Amino acid sequence: MAALLRAGSVSSRELAEVALAAISATDRALHAWLAVDADGALAAADAADRALVAARAAGHEGLAGLHPLHGVPLGLKDLVSVRGLPCTAGSRILEGYRPPFDAHITERLRTAGAVIVGKLNMDEFAMGSSTEHSGFGPTANPWDLDRVPGGSSGGPAAAVAAGHVPVAIGTDTGGSIRQPAALCGIVGLRPTYGRVSRYGIVAFASSLDQVGPFARDVRDAAALLHAVAGRDERDATSAPVPVPPELLDLPGSDEVAAATLRGVRLGLPREYFVTGMEPGVEAAVRAAAAELAAAGADVVDVSLPHTEYGLATYYIVAPAEASANLARYDGVRYGHSERGSGGDYITDYKLTRGHGFGAEVKRRIMLGTYALSAGYYDAYYLKAQKVRTLIKADFDRAFAGGIDALVAPTSPGVAWPFGAKMADPVAMYASDACTLPVNMAGLPAISLPCGLAEGLPVGLQLIGPAWSELGLLRLGRAYEAITSSAAWRTATPPGLASAADPTTPTPAERAAVLAGVRP
Amino acid sequence: MAALSRADVEHVAHLARLGLTEDELARLQTELNHILDQYAKLAELDTGSIPPTAQTIELENILRDDVPRPPIGSAEAMANAPEREDDLFVVPAILGG
Repeated sequence: MAALLRAGSVSSRELAEVALAAISATDRALHAWLAVDADGALAAADAADRALVAARAAGHEGLAGLHPLHGVPLGLKDLVSVRGLPCTAGSRILEGYRPPFDAHITERLRTAGAVIVGKLNMDEFAMGSSTEHSGFGPTANPWDLDRVPGGSSGGPAAAVAAGHVPVAIGTDTGGSIRQPAALCGIVGLRPTYGRVSRYGIVAFASSLDQVGPFARDVRDAAALLHAVAGRDERDATSAPVPVPPELLDLPGSDEVAAATLRGVRLGLPREYFVTGMEPGVEAAVRAAAAELAAAGADVVDVSLPHTEYGLATYYIVAPAEASANLARYDGVRYGHSERGSGGDYITDYKLTRGHGFGAEVKRRIMLGTYALSAGYYDAYYLKAQKVRTLIKADFDRAFAGGIDALVAPTSPGVAWPFGAKMADPVAMYASDACTLPVNMAGLPAISLPCGLAEGLPVGLQLIGPAWSELGLLRLGRAYEAITSSAAWRTATPPGLASAADPTTPTPAERAAVLAGVRP
Repeated sequence: MAALSRADVEHVAHLARLGLTEDELARLQTELNHILDQYAKLAELDTGSIPPTAQTIELENILRDDVPRPPIGSAEAMANAPEREDDLFVVPAILGG
């Protein structure tokens, strides 16, 4: 796309119009988007086209100064602030709220010349693994419209998989980029904690949240990471670590890309191949590991013994931090607001929050408040932070032992039907068992499509040491190269065939039907 | 760890300033106890000598220069207010009288 824009064979306006047309054709059946800013997108595209004309006139150097995302349409998970556009974080409590400022990454994307098309659906406040916990209705998986796209960034994953936009931004607190990328058959990268500024991004769990890219391929993901990464003084946790310019120089040639595998040491953590894992997923991930080994990588078994404690640790730390972060929704300064008749502010808070938040958010606020309450802090939150030390030490040990990256499944299963895990929060939480430990340790990890099981996409997860995004993306590019002729790469999401049909039910209608047939 | 009673659930809901219906309180009591049972797994680990991890990257306080910058105007800052009076947010009285 970048090359076509530079050559002038396509304009940014044409790309934006194609994206808007694709959204209006199929998003009734997918519901990936919560807000589409057609006017803003076309104006940004026209500005990008003017800059392209000027750059072309300036010759080679002018064009070289443009970011690869210049003129490219993209979407943002609906918790990234864009001045004047809605920003609900998937919650009714933020309905009608329009941020008076841009997030840091929004500014960065504008500077890069990217075209922001709109805002994408998500589980409420990013709490969920299926996007069914959105306050505005679920999103469908383009591979099977009766199934979830994963979550919490289900909207961004579905929009990219459906071809609405080539790239999108999500956030990953416990797997919310990698898991939906896996379930929708695309690339998703969670960067190292501190790599991308969170200024202007609605907070969930502040010691875990990170912002990252979704893309159809590894090079696009690298370009989007490059555009948003780096130190921002308005987020004190964003780290003063240089962003490698080589992110924009990943090899296009399969031969060159595959050659980088020689001598790389990859670890297969045995605890990630757990009972309860779907056999088709295990087969695809083991086949991918074998292909990496055949291409020259040294693949060895490793152990991360505290993996099994990740789930309980995460579901103490994340709700505890969320209960504090979500205390700000008081109905006074913005968003949903209710007033009782008694003129008592405690009653007003309870009405506003009781009605404004959805079931999963209330569940987590309750869990977190309890875990932090007097008498329980040591037993829960402090204990979880100590176990967190052990989980991080497992990873540190593996990398200190010479492992360049760990190879694991992203999700123990493929996309599941709407409603299948809604009645049992613990079953929903368990679907993140392979992604949560990475967040607990603050590490970067990428999910790559690695085949199909029962016709649905499977994700391969590569986990690296802190600040190793470039290495992970190079490995990802190498894996793409050695599997470039695999039959599954030519498969397209079958749900798209009927998504444009106006008689196709919406995801909310499908979910209601499936809820009706379940006992 | 002790199971949560109905009164405990109501107390936590009050602390969290969540107005919950009878149905929600009953459902949350069951669900929270089920989730707390999963937490018991952590008791298997002896963490007596393990320091807690609150953040994962080795950064210490980074301060920025304290330079005045133009703020967003009060009109924009107030634009999302559910109820306002001029440049003030309207809230119930919190002091007696």
